Amino acid sequence: MIRFEPRAQPSLLLRIAIPIASALSALLLSLVILALTGTPASRAIGLLLAGAAGSVFALTETLTRATPLILTGLAAAIAFRSRLWNIGAEGQLYAGALAAVAIGSGAIEGPPWLMLPLVCLAGALAGGLLMLGPALLKAKLSVDEVVTTLLLNFVVLLFVQMMLEGPLKDPMGMGWPQSAPIVDEAALPKLVAQMRLHAGLIIALVAALLVAFLQRATVLGFEMRAVGGNASAAAFAGIPVAATLVKTGFLSGALAGLAGAGEVAGLKGYLTSDLSPGFGYAGIVVAMLAALEPLAVIPAAVFIAGIFVGADTMSRSLGVSNYFADLVVALSLLCVLVGSLFLRYRLRRVETA
Amino acid sequence: MSEAFEILLQANFWAAAIRIATPLIFGVLGALICERAGVLNLGIEGIFVAGAMAGWLSVYLGLPLWLGVTVAAMAGACLGLLHGCLTVVLGLSQHVAGIGITLFATSAAYFGYRVAFPAVTTPPRIEPFQPLGLGFLDAVPILGPALSQQTALTWLAFAVVGLTAFVLAKTPLGLAIRAVGDNPASVDAQGLSVAGLRMGALAAGSALMAIGGAFLTMSAFNAFFFGMINGRGWVCIALTVFASWRPGKALLGALLFGAFDAYQLRLQTLAGGVVPSQLFLMLPYLLSIAALILVARKADYPRALMKPYIKGER
Amino acid sequence: MSAEGPAFAPVLALRGITKRFGALTANDAVDLTLHGGEIVALLGENGAGKTTLMNILLGHYLADQGEVSVASPEGELRPLPQGSPLAALNAGIGMVHQHFTLAENLTGFENIVLGLEPLFGLARGRRAMRRTVEALMARTGLVVRLDLRVAELGVGERQRIEILKALSRRTRILVLDEPTAVLTPQEAEGLFAALRALAAEGLGIVFISHKLDEVLALSQRLVVLRAGRKVADRPTVGADRALIAQLMVGEEVEVERPAPAQPGPAALELQRVSAGSGRTRLIEATLILRQGEIVGIAGVSGNGQSSLAGLVAGLLGPDSGIMTVLGRQGGASPAERRRDGVGRLAEDRHRDGMVGDMTVAENLVIERRGERPFSHLGLLRPKAIRAAAQDAIASYDIRCPGPDAPLRLLSGGNIQKLLLARALAGAPRLILANQPTRGLDIGATVSVHRRLREAAEAGAAVLLISEDLDELFALSHRIAVIHGGRLTPTADADRLSAAEIGLAMAGEAFSAFGAAA
Repeated sequence: MIRFEPRAQPSLLLRIAIPIASALSALLLSLVILALTGTPASRAIGLLLAGAAGSVFALTETLTRATPLILTGLAAAIAFRSRLWNIGAEGQLYAGALAAVAIGSGAIEGPPWLMLPLVCLAGALAGGLLMLGPALLKAKLSVDEVVTTLLLNFVVLLFVQMMLEGPLKDPMGMGWPQSAPIVDEAALPKLVAQMRLHAGLIIALVAALLVAFLQRATVLGFEMRAVGGNASAAAFAGIPVAATLVKTGFLSGALAGLAGAGEVAGLKGYLTSDLSPGFGYAGIVVAMLAALEPLAVIPAAVFIAGIFVGADTMSRSLGVSNYFADLVVALSLLCVLVGSLFLRYRLRRVETA
Repeated sequence: MSEAFEILLQANFWAAAIRIATPLIFGVLGALICERAGVLNLGIEGIFVAGAMAGWLSVYLGLPLWLGVTVAAMAGACLGLLHGCLTVVLGLSQHVAGIGITLFATSAAYFGYRVAFPAVTTPPRIEPFQPLGLGFLDAVPILGPALSQQTALTWLAFAVVGLTAFVLAKTPLGLAIRAVGDNPASVDAQGLSVAGLRMGALAAGSALMAIGGAFLTMSAFNAFFFGMINGRGWVCIALTVFASWRPGKALLGALLFGAFDAYQLRLQTLAGGVVPSQLFLMLPYLLSIAALILVARKADYPRALMKPYIKGER
Repeated sequence: MSAEGPAFAPVLALRGITKRFGALTANDAVDLTLHGGEIVALLGENGAGKTTLMNILLGHYLADQGEVSVASPEGELRPLPQGSPLAALNAGIGMVHQHFTLAENLTGFENIVLGLEPLFGLARGRRAMRRTVEALMARTGLVVRLDLRVAELGVGERQRIEILKALSRRTRILVLDEPTAVLTPQEAEGLFAALRALAAEGLGIVFISHKLDEVLALSQRLVVLRAGRKVADRPTVGADRALIAQLMVGEEVEVERPAPAQPGPAALELQRVSAGSGRTRLIEATLILRQGEIVGIAGVSGNGQSSLAGLVAGLLGPDSGIMTVLGRQGGASPAERRRDGVGRLAEDRHRDGMVGDMTVAENLVIERRGERPFSHLGLLRPKAIRAAAQDAIASYDIRCPGPDAPLRLLSGGNIQKLLLARALAGAPRLILANQPTRGLDIGATVSVHRRLREAAEAGAAVLLISEDLDELFALSHRIAVIHGGRLTPTADADRLSAAEIGLAMAGEAFSAFGAAA
């Protein structure tokens, strides 16, 4: 008979090894599924790896894809750490993108140096404000934030579509529901010539550092961890729980909003209603793979981005649907969830009497 | 203005309301059964997709309609058991596990669809459930014709409401389910299996959710589309709170929601493009949020909801 | 009768039960025999292995070694399959847990029939079961209102449902874990009468308690565990409190009395204050607590103590009446209370005291996180935090792997020492000690008591809320009793007897306290 025994404190090695093992098991499981559909798995994995990291182009594509994932991953990580279940990063991302094009496509003419910070700020603010509603409802009326944030995702997407067919529609867009392009001053500069990789990556990396600093080294971060660890003990100790949850919600939404602004200002140049292939939801997987550690969000996001980019290449060559990437991402979440068990417990064989 | 009111007197409007409500009835009942046993099943959105896909595909591949419904239910039950393995047996976070099941079921269904139909542009169709056309009902004004337009699956939904209410209120099994959602130790101390009851509730509840999904591809429509569930699962979770975990109120909530949704669709045509259509489409989601806020103060959640039961830790 | 010993055959035999958890041996070759009609008291400090032994008996744990035998209906001892709660239930072993295992959304009757009927079937036979339960109630005197939801019932009635639940299964062995912890002395008397009647019918009873008087009054035999070993198994006749205490602890324990107080100005003043809601509402309480004295609030949990504590801790504000805490009128936030100089110990340390996943050091400074020297301009200062933690670990003798270990790894006693260190940091002028030693072993209890006494001697006012009469007498200068949300006036502890407090706890006679409340 095998039993679980609580583990005192997992070693650093284990804390790194378990997410990696989880991600690899998810990949393996997906390849088994792929093989069952009659696709040669060895070729598939080769193509996937080459597509994700086989060339400078592939690498920059992966990092480009990782940029919004780092931010939505941070959005989930910071919220989940306080036990605020913000599943609305998808909507907050769109809100951020919408604010970015509203400000950055010529509506406001500021000094050129100001345009880029303004666009990023507008995106963050929009995402943060959107999350303020569910966070306040949770803190004041204890309305379950999971359902409210999930439902708001649909509302925001419809709102974006409405704006793209109405006030924000590009007059030069030949009737397509898309926004006018971001002005050049508000666009994020490219990092590598001829490639799509943009300075949004720098913003994402700095954000990860700042969140790590916030959680470890500031009083607010202390309060956020305490509220997540045990809200009633935090309240007893004099921590303003509702206010902390609202601040956490705002920060979480702002990070997701920033992701949207970055996609518009760095990659696409304009907004359409298919800007995000589920970056918000994938951010949850990233955060869980990173065990909610802000710095670990970076490699986790690169891994998930690699899956997306690699699967694109693979599906083009083998004629496999690119929903395969979604399958790997979903399985990663389930695997890392099971893996988290091994951080808290160890398996031990027990002699049965 | 009178036109807006006249809609309420049309049999077609009520037929649409009941049609929209049917998958929600299945979904809310499924969520209610899981939550009464103490497990929040956020896999619902994905289970809807999986049920819609599995049921429809089975029929497309030649199975009779009712067997298709059975396949959908079984697919749902399997996903429910997977949820249970993670949350009941291993005691992992019900939030994350639920989202994981949703992502997994959705992507597996989409991927499976693309494996089966690599390059179709128009979705393949099946011969769906037909209205039962119970003629004797036509005598009842408005509601009679509305009901006779419904298919057997809608009647099944009504029957399941009664059955769930009966089982929960009147049988030993219902007693045990209510107890395990309030205090699992009470069930354990009496020699019943907490894990068994919760797994059973998850399997049954998830099967119902999947039938709700199958209704969409096998009765409301006759094909499978990407994005056809579109948040219906999350709406069910909100409606479950609104219904305060009672089957009768769940039926009422789903019908109210269906009526509202059907009404906004008709208003949309009435408004004739002056008001953006998206504004109407947002209403159901906003309504769900409003419903949650409305009952937030007095919501009486099952006490053990979202609390894993670990033996010896009382 | 009690002197003559059992009149029935053995119904239960534990042989050489050994159970290890890692390095800890929770049970070390324990033997225990129980006869029908016998009431055996199982005694021991926290951590002595009582609960582990009972969990093995009930099939919740597997013993590493040893055997459990239970009499078959024919009276033959047969080995019981281990690790199977269902087998234990079917063999006629019933348990009344300290924490009730009742579903509060069901009625008392539904809780009793739960699991007695086939799961997949209709609820037939309920009428017959109803008659059986009613007959059982009449026979044992354990009367409850069967058709009310458990949520609406008080503790005493809930416990009677627990016992009826166990008895409805043709139980021949009944285990009660600290059954009187939540009862008034009078309710406890009623319970004892019922237990004696049941024993007379041939039921074997194992009674776990740490209240020595009860043990002496009720049991026929004493079994004492210490550090997992059985150290005594003897008739109750001829034993006394001192002897049992010595057996449990292994050394002489002295009951201390507080030094006389030199009361100073008022630290806490309540005048007809009402607060809270529901069953735990505090109604028109009047109380003065002065610097340098310890005032004990006696009462069974759930009688308004949590509202009183909430007012002082800053979780609750008064609805009416005048309340002054260290010069501040009316309610305040927890943070304001702390800054005013109120040191606070939470009643339930797991729920309200500790953040288990944060470190020992972080838990120690959580209340002062925003103050110098622990932070500056919103940034934490880890060195100062660590230094303060090391200081507290040393002076409060907190056994832990270090200041950076997660708090959840510590034992209950050490967690309470840490929480005490936190509450007493910065020499508070008013200390709220809400059930300060609940669940602690004697060693930790002694150290908590010493700290509270020292604080009072140094001039702090201490509000001690406790259910434990021994603790109240050991610490308090004055004692008031709370029942049904109403607080009696205080009386000098020297002039009170345990019986008087017990009556007042039951809400029967407040006369000893000089007033009709």
